[in-house]
Amino acid sequence: MAKMHLTMTVNGKAVETLAEPRELLVHVLRERLNLTGAHIGCETSHCGACTVDFNGKSVKSCTVFAAQAQGAQITTIEGIAGPDGMHVLQQSFREHHGLQCGYCTPGMITRAYRLLQENPTPTEAEVRFGMAGNLCRCTGYQNIVKAILAAATEMNSAKEAAQ
Amino acid sequence: MNDQSPTHDERVAGLKGLGTSRKRVEDARFTQGKGNYVDDIKMPGMIYGDFVRSQYAHARITSVNTAAALAVPGVIAVLQAADLAPLGLHWMPTLAGDKQMVLADGKVLFQGQEIAFVVAEDRYALADAIELVDVDYEALEVVTDPFKALEPGAPVLREDLAGQTKGPHGERIHHNHIFRWEVGDAPATDAVMAGADVVAEEMVYYHRTHPCPLETCGCVASMDKINGKLTMWGTFQAPHVVRTVASLLSGIPESSIRIVSPDIGGGFGNKVGVYPGYVCSIVASIVTGRPVKWIEDRMDNLMATAFARDYWMQGKIAATKEGKITGLWCHVTADHGAFDSCADPTKFPAGFFSICTGSYDIPVAYVGVDGVYTNKAPGGVAYRCSFRVTEAAYFIERMIEVLAIKLGMDSAELRRINFIRKEQFPYQSALGWEYDSGDYHTAWDKALNAVGYDALRTEQTQRVADFKAGKTRKLMGVGLSFFTEIVGAGPVKNCDILGMGMFDSCEIRIHPTGSALARLGTISQGQGHATTFAQILATEIGISADLITIEEGDTDTAPYGLGTYGSRSTPVAGAATAMAGRKIRAKAQMIAAYLLEVHDNDLEWDVDRFVVKGVPERFKTMKEIAYAAYNQAIPGLEPGLEAVSYYDPPNMTYPFGAYICVMDVDVDTGVADIRSFYALDDCGTRINPMIIEGQVHGGATEAFAIAMGQEIAYDEMGNCKNATLMDFFLPTAWETPHFTTDFTETPSPHHPIGAKGVGESPNVGGVPAFSNAVHDAFRPFGLTQSHMPHDHWRIWRIAEQLGLHA
Repeated sequence: MAKMHLTMTVNGKAVETLAEPRELLVHVLRERLNLTGAHIGCETSHCGACTVDFNGKSVKSCTVFAAQAQGAQITTIEGIAGPDGMHVLQQSFREHHGLQCGYCTPGMITRAYRLLQENPTPTEAEVRFGMAGNLCRCTGYQNIVKAILAAATEMNSAKEAAQ
Repeated sequence: MNDQSPTHDERVAGLKGLGTSRKRVEDARFTQGKGNYVDDIKMPGMIYGDFVRSQYAHARITSVNTAAALAVPGVIAVLQAADLAPLGLHWMPTLAGDKQMVLADGKVLFQGQEIAFVVAEDRYALADAIELVDVDYEALEVVTDPFKALEPGAPVLREDLAGQTKGPHGERIHHNHIFRWEVGDAPATDAVMAGADVVAEEMVYYHRTHPCPLETCGCVASMDKINGKLTMWGTFQAPHVVRTVASLLSGIPESSIRIVSPDIGGGFGNKVGVYPGYVCSIVASIVTGRPVKWIEDRMDNLMATAFARDYWMQGKIAATKEGKITGLWCHVTADHGAFDSCADPTKFPAGFFSICTGSYDIPVAYVGVDGVYTNKAPGGVAYRCSFRVTEAAYFIERMIEVLAIKLGMDSAELRRINFIRKEQFPYQSALGWEYDSGDYHTAWDKALNAVGYDALRTEQTQRVADFKAGKTRKLMGVGLSFFTEIVGAGPVKNCDILGMGMFDSCEIRIHPTGSALARLGTISQGQGHATTFAQILATEIGISADLITIEEGDTDTAPYGLGTYGSRSTPVAGAATAMAGRKIRAKAQMIAAYLLEVHDNDLEWDVDRFVVKGVPERFKTMKEIAYAAYNQAIPGLEPGLEAVSYYDPPNMTYPFGAYICVMDVDVDTGVADIRSFYALDDCGTRINPMIIEGQVHGGATEAFAIAMGQEIAYDEMGNCKNATLMDFFLPTAWETPHFTTDFTETPSPHHPIGAKGVGESPNVGGVPAFSNAVHDAFRPFGLTQSHMPHDHWRIWRIAEQLGLHA
């Protein structure tokens, strides 16, 4: 199949690549751009291992065609950490044992990153509901929820301190 | 003079050893998307392979037309059974002593079975080509019910076994029969049943489900034709066993095969077996001379790779009228699917199911298991449990409840009066196991007190009264479970896989500047071995866990081991780690004695150093000793500081626990709200409490899924009805309950550090707790047994059948 010229902004950098229009975004990211943080767990939008931030929304990249990503602003797990090191969420997942095999973790953190922008002060129920598009087989979510709530608190107090 | 400034306690804390909630060293890479899973592997010239799979559950294949597929640009080859036959690879041996088709040899026996392996330059050409392979089938009669499979007129599934009345596990009594396995004393058990005050009888079904790790199975096989070396990266829970099998199948010497398990995205038993994808990838790489990647999709994974459970357990339990259990009888009809691909130690075709006397002092028992072929996917793996232990725990914990109903007794009390008492350990069970240690009464009392058991029963009585008075439509259930596991397979004298004894191993190198490398025969799939094995070693050798690198999973570097499943890593490889550490310490003691110019008997170990007895200011730290091992010529000692231990455990370990689930059930919708879940685990010595708690949360969540909705079901045509995550229940954060964890600590007397293993306890103990809660809610209305999974519809149906909707 003929390839299209795809240009996107990924993790703050302009990128271009050739891809079949039907190619799935997760394959473009993983195989053409070598960003293997987003994983494939189901191909049906259920598991969320492939979650990326797409034009300011959490999107499952296993069910987005390359053609739909033309011109998109995308943040993957590789773009979450800042110049000063790991993002608060990344540290918090470690601190609260919010991961085991690590396969769902990039999707979890990428989703939580957007969730805390949508709702910076979520309740436990709001975190659980807001994370329901991401499956984990190892942790039972309890420590993931704890990690996200702790990260929210930390981010909010950092914001207050800055003001 | 030596610096004595850090105190004893500071030095202990600095080790981050046994018992500390050390943060995981794995997390830095996983949280930043820098893990290295098999699908992340990219090699120059790499091509892709995938399967054409059967749409039918039982059919003869009349033709396979590959012309259109081969015409797709980028398609390299389509392999079929006839292509593999000259190499003898169209069938492969299973871990259970059976054989399995790699590619369909004339017929297919389950939906999703592998028919042809297509190889192409990229995934998309590959997917196009697979669609274009045209398979003609002649449909055959399908059997998905193991009882019907054993009827005289049932269709013959395994034509390759025609006329064979003996299998690897003894006599076959029917053309769809695999084995009969019996333990215990049948006549004595029958006699107890005949003379008992009370006998409760029930059929308990533990339905078919699937481990479904978030990462599916896959591999990259690369045959280097120049040096003749085969390298394979893959989702292997037992890489050394894969190497041995690959060598036996291919004739390539093991020295020319390197198997690597990179990061693994969860296993839960699914990644123990050898799958056709591995074999076909190797063949395709040998044929093309290029690396070949095969990665399942989720549908492939749920339809074709190893399922779990599917045990029909007919039980009888006898007791005195006071409730003292006098005997247990069980017959299992075990549905193994089309091939017997169970991953059990060779001599145990039903795994350790004979642990089914549970935590109770039952004097007489008998178990018989009949394995049966059906037109369903092969497997029968230990999904987050030791071999068939969760089936056994579910069976006995249901039978206790059924007996309690028959006796009119409280089931918490029935358990208490039948527990094996603390002073009875080591305890010989009627079915031949020696339980190493336990204190069940203490754990049970702690659990019942923690949940306020008596108050819950009072509340439940009131709720039933309110329901009958029309004040509420919700019932309340209290699900009790007390389980004893058998893990840590196992002693070489009775445990092997394909002849390989189930020991495990650890090799340690201490570097001159006082850091260390340890390699093990196991492989982590999320358990955090790189964190916890370093903790075991830190305490043994006095080097901070932060300075110890743990490596696993590369057969070129790791010592031979049997891998990670059945909670065997801590009981076996953890023991090997401690024993290798003790060898290091023994040599270190001799080096210290030389340096301090005293006899080694005059030294004593103190956290991270050897100290001259009675002269605390004279000592040598492990750091100093390590350096001396490499820079001094010590008379009578070889340079260097290394050790290896291959540990053959003298016995299994027997973790136990008490789980209690409180549930509110809506009679009209069938929705069950988990109000609370309390999990007390005794896994012996606790290595890392944070990781133990995480393991319990995760295993209990899997138990919740299995008990409350997860299943692999088939229609009469043999169509798999749960082949995507749309239909296969994996709970989200929204419906997963909150878990309260607790513990007691009863060390194993035979394990070097007393640890027993914990990863699988919550699945084993959790399933009966959830299921018993559902049963308990409806018990006042006459329910004794209803099969899992207890999804909303099935719970609604219980209420309907009990007339509660009238």
